[in-house]
Amino acid sequence: MARIAGIDLPKNKRGEIGLTYIYGIGRTTAQKILTEAGISLDVKVQEWTDDQLTAIRNIINDQFKVEGALRSEVQLNIKRLMDIGCYRGLRHRKGLPLRGQRTKNNSRTRKGKRKTVAGKKKATK
Amino acid sequence: MGRSIKKGPYVDIKLENKVLKQNEGTKRTVIKTWSRRSTITPDFVGHTFAVHNGNKFIPVYVTEFMVGHKLGEFAPTRNFKGHANKKM
Repeated sequence: MARIAGIDLPKNKRGEIGLTYIYGIGRTTAQKILTEAGISLDVKVQEWTDDQLTAIRNIINDQFKVEGALRSEVQLNIKRLMDIGCYRGLRHRKGLPLRGQRTKNNSRTRKGKRKTVAGKKKATK
Repeated sequence: MGRSIKKGPYVDIKLENKVLKQNEGTKRTVIKTWSRRSTITPDFVGHTFAVHNGNKFIPVYVTEFMVGHKLGEFAPTRNFKGHANKKM
């Protein structure tokens, strides 16, 4: 069982894909890690030897911010924006998109589920 | 897209001169400005600006966390208070 940064990696996937189950590691970072550790990208996670596993762990520990540390950094950045009261901070507070997207329709990712407004008339012909 | 690093941050010359002048002395007054497009540089920290939002001037006290943002980001131009209640 390969366990890195507090996450169980799927054993039947290729190393390159398996590593992306860690928060903060995508395809590019996974490739970089494996090349540096001298492991082929195609080796399955369960076929890693213990030595290789330690090598991967060391590289991640030394060079990358993952999981909890990364999550808290992101949250701190958002909190900073909200505290200084800049435009992006205000948008975070209101739960609206930050980058000038339209909000007349869509932007449901930020706004969440539709809230029906009572008493809103339907268009009549 | 961000601004080229080669050019450095943009600050209105007039505004920058005003800040630098105040930095020499000890007296600090509110600086009225329309220049929302100016980047906040480390020189600005501790000053209070009255930033125009198209209607009136919003007082903005600059802290060190604000460095790198633009003055306009702190003076919202739209003030949406929610939809009007129809049934009254």
